[in-house]
Order: sequence, then structure tokens, then C-alpha cells
Amino acid sequence: MDRPHALDATTIRADFPIFERDFGGRTLAYLDSAATSLKPRVVSDAVHDYNVRYSANIHRGIYTIAEEATAAFERARAKVGRFLNARDSHEIVFVRNATEAINLVAYSWGRRNIGAGETVVLTELEHHANLVPWQLLAQEKDANLEFVPIDDEGRLVRETYEALLARGPRLVAFTHVSNGLGTINPVREMVDQAHAAGALVLVDGAQAVPHGPVDVQALDADFYVFSGHKVLAPTGSGALWARRELLEEMPPFLTGGDMIREVHLRQSEFNDVPWKFEAGTPDIAAAIGLGAALDYLDAIGMDRVREHERQLTAYALELLPREVPGIVLYGPTTASERAGIVTFNLPDVHPHDVATLLDREAIAVRAGHHCTQPLHERIGEAATARASFNVYSGQDDIERLVEGLKKVQRIFGRSDGHVSPERDVHQEEATAVAGAAR
Amino acid sequence: MDDLYRDEILEHYRRPHNFGTLPEPDAVYEGSNPLCGDRITLMLGVTEEGVVEDVAFTGRGCAISQASASMLTDEIKGKSLDEVARLGSDAVLDSLGIEISPARLKCALLSLDTLRRALSDRVAWQASTETPAV
Ligand SMILES: Cc1ncc(COP(=O)(O)O)c(C=O)c1O
Repeated sequence: MDRPHALDATTIRADFPIFERDFGGRTLAYLDSAATSLKPRVVSDAVHDYNVRYSANIHRGIYTIAEEATAAFERARAKVGRFLNARDSHEIVFVRNATEAINLVAYSWGRRNIGAGETVVLTELEHHANLVPWQLLAQEKDANLEFVPIDDEGRLVRETYEALLARGPRLVAFTHVSNGLGTINPVREMVDQAHAAGALVLVDGAQAVPHGPVDVQALDADFYVFSGHKVLAPTGSGALWARRELLEEMPPFLTGGDMIREVHLRQSEFNDVPWKFEAGTPDIAAAIGLGAALDYLDAIGMDRVREHERQLTAYALELLPREVPGIVLYGPTTASERAGIVTFNLPDVHPHDVATLLDREAIAVRAGHHCTQPLHERIGEAATARASFNVYSGQDDIERLVEGLKKVQRIFGRSDGHVSPERDVHQEEATAVAGAAR
Repeated sequence: MDDLYRDEILEHYRRPHNFGTLPEPDAVYEGSNPLCGDRITLMLGVTEEGVVEDVAFTGRGCAISQASASMLTDEIKGKSLDEVARLGSDAVLDSLGIEISPARLKCALLSLDTLRRALSDRVAWQASTETPAV
């Protein structure tokens, strides 16, 4: 197989000013890219440039800087469209983040198209962002939610998926890549099956767009969402992609200025897509920053990004169990099935304590349920620790993580790394509920 | 060794004091910190004069939350409910004796919050003498 030319993290880091910052004599080992990515200088420059050189509102002014701002904003939209291989950049709606994009679909498309007794199929892997909006919709419409379970390695159980499709759901919404376990879902196959069953499909691409090539035409879903801030872009930038026919049919979500063509006192005519969905002044700087981030990634090549992260994941999956006694890893065991996300726990050390101690070594990992509480219930842990990668991540970060985890074990336990709180931690399970307390 | 995880904290984490349940508690309260999944169940045995004669907790969480529960339960045993009600977060943080970052404050104060909720309801459970109220 032809492997793309490998990325060199050291070279890449030169583009990210944060690596110049001193953290107690160390550079930052940033292993929380799944929460948000670091930003390269080209992105902050683009934002700065807008703010200091042409900070006008868009789609309104008839003077030079307003026209420049409008052109830059619309160029950014075109870049997002190309990055996702959309047929038409009018299929890109700018939003603040993936959460807003999903809410937009739930309110606009969902309220009109999901009726009483109808079904939306979700999965146990979902981020709360792709769960709570559907819960509210289902409550409002008296609709049903069904969930595709996962197996013990975090893969969706396809037999159950097929059985749920047989009930004729209106919509299937699932994540492209799990932010909890890193699982890469077989989107195209699942989309084909859903379409054959007459359902539309929303794919949550928040963890997929940063980690490899995404082609919305090849995936053939109906809605695809992502957040800019996980793709090297500023917070406040994100996009909804949807097939144009769908966007045309959908009623507006937020309303007000910019999304209208004509306004009278008692009724209004809406603007064309995508502007129909962009009420009010958007985060112009962030959208322009997103365009710069995608240019930066394009120059690297997303296939190389994917290969880089696959190698790092393989390295972590090999090194961690070998070097850190007792470590528990969650999710698929092979790197080819997962994006650059490695979730783990140390026996008898709470992930919060792990994260706090790693922070003292300037290693940033996430600890908690990562906005996937149902997934954590499924794997039987209240919380886990998570290391996740992006273009600037290197093997040295993983080696620092390993050394950091060894230190955690030295602090918490005996030198063999074995810790055992001398109490029955299961006793509490027997203790029944009580109190007015929640 | 790390000053945050000084030996005393780790000792309390490994061998928490008052860990377990009371057979006939006068009050049972659960507290949780949904963000990180820390949970504690606090049980109080209170005399008619309003003195905490016994206390126990169970739960699961990080070293900070478990150590602070262990220390707090030591602290309140034998005290009157009025004295207990005067315990503030400073007292808990003082006995932990470490610098707690804002992100970890919830962990450190989970047991105190749970205790406070128990106390604010005390009228309810003190009124009924025998049966564990709540
Ligand atoms: C899979 C997934 N979906 C949705 C989101 C929500 O992203 P945002 O908070 O940017 O809206 C995240 C972010 O953590 C995610 O990982």
C-alpha cells in the first residue's frame, strides 16, 4: 500500500506559537485535541488581519472594507465546501459549532418532519450534543428514540442497527468518529442501509473532520456537522452541510436580520440558502480563521494527517500496555479502526488525579466522561482519562505520557505500580439510595 | 513526592476513616459531582441532644474527594449539629492543607456540600425520632 509521506511533528510545531511558551522549563505536551485543537499562527494572523484591516460587517456595506469582509467570509464558505467536497458551497451553513448545527437540524427539519410515534435512531456512542436535542424533540413530538448498542470494543452492533432500521425510522443520527473511544464508524454502509429503509441520516463529524479526509458526496449522508475549533480554527466557527434540496425545504431556525429578503410589518420573505439559516451578524473573524485553518490543512494533506494519527495511535496502543502496568484501554484494539483518540484508566487511581499529576509535567489530557455519560455507563466507568492527537502531536508526547503515568503510579502506589485502596469499593453499590439529595 | 498528593491525603484515600455504612442512620444523604462521576453517600447517627455520635460514608471518586470526606467525617464526629453547621469550606480546605485549583474545588467540597444539604433538612429528620427520615 502506498503510504503518504510522513508528517514531522517538530516541523509542524514551529507553526504553533503555543509551543514557544514555557511551562516550568518544559514545552506543552498537548494531548487534548479532541476537546479543542491548538491554533497555528496562520489562523491567528487571519483573524487579526480581519480585526485590524477590514473589520466591517458583511452583506451590508457598500464600501471597500465591507466588500472585503463579505468576500473573505464567502471565500471561507467556499473553502469549507471544497474541504468537504460538497457539490455546492451554498450547502454550507455557518454556525458556531457542531452543537448548534445539530440543534438547527432538530428544530428546523426535525420539528417539521418527525411526528408522534415516529422514530429517530441514535447510538450509544453519541456525544451529548447529538443526544439531548433529539431527546427534546422526541418529548415535544411524542416520538421514539432508539439506540444502536456497542460491543465490548466500542463498535456499533450492526445486527441491532438493521433491526432498528426495519422499524422504518425517519432519521438516523450518529457520530462519524466516537470522541469517547475513537471508533471510526462505517458511515457509507450505514447511510446506504438507512436510505434503503427510507430514513435520512445526520452524521456528527466533530471528531472526523480534524482527523482525516471527509467527502460528503462519497459518504452520501443528508446532514453533516462539525466544529471549527477542533480543526485548528477559532472557537465560534463551525458548519452544517446539508443537501441543497433539504435546506431549501427547511424552515428557518433563528430569525431576524440577514436571513430575510423582504420584511413587512406582519410577514417576511426569507433569504436564499444558506443565508436563510444565518440570522444576525455571524462570527466573521472565526469563519475567516476557519478558512485559513483549512488552507493550512490542505497544504499538509488530510490523508497524511490521517496516516500520522494512525501511526501515533498504533504507537500508543503498543507502548501504554507494555510500559504502564495494569493500564486499561477502551475502544477498538487496532489503530486502523480508530482515530487519534486513546481512552484509558489506571487501576485504583481516579482519572482526575491522573490529569492533575500529568498537568504538573505540562502534559494535558482530558479526564471525565467527555460529554458521553451514556457511553461511560455502558463501559462501566464514571470517568476515564483520554489522550488525543492532532498534526502537532508526536511520539515524544506519548513517551512523556508514559513517563507521567509511571510517576502517577509511583506517587499513588508501591514501586511496582500496584495500588490498592484497602477498602471494599463495591460496598457502596450495596448502599441504597436515600435522602432528599439527588 | 508531589505536595498535592502528600502522604496524609494518600493515606486517607487508601484507608479512609469512617468508610462504610451505619445500620440505623438518622439521615442518609447522597451527593454527586456529575461532571466527574464522584459520588458519596453520607450517613449520620445523631443523639436526641443533637450531637453527631456516629458518621459513615461510602463512595467513589478521586483522592481529593475521598480524602476530604474521610477528614470531614473525623472532624464532625462528637460535635453538635450547631457546631457542624458552622463548618465552612475554609475548614475543609485547611484540613486538606493543599493548594486546590478551581477545577478541583468541587472534588474537595463534595462531602461538605452533601453534609450541608443534610443539615438544611435536619428539621425534617429530627422531628421524626425513630425512623430514619428522608
Ligand atoms: C463527537 C462530538 N460531537 C459533538 C461535539 C460538540 O462540539 P461543540 O462543543 O464544538 O459543539 C463534540 C465535542 O466535544 C464531539 O466530540
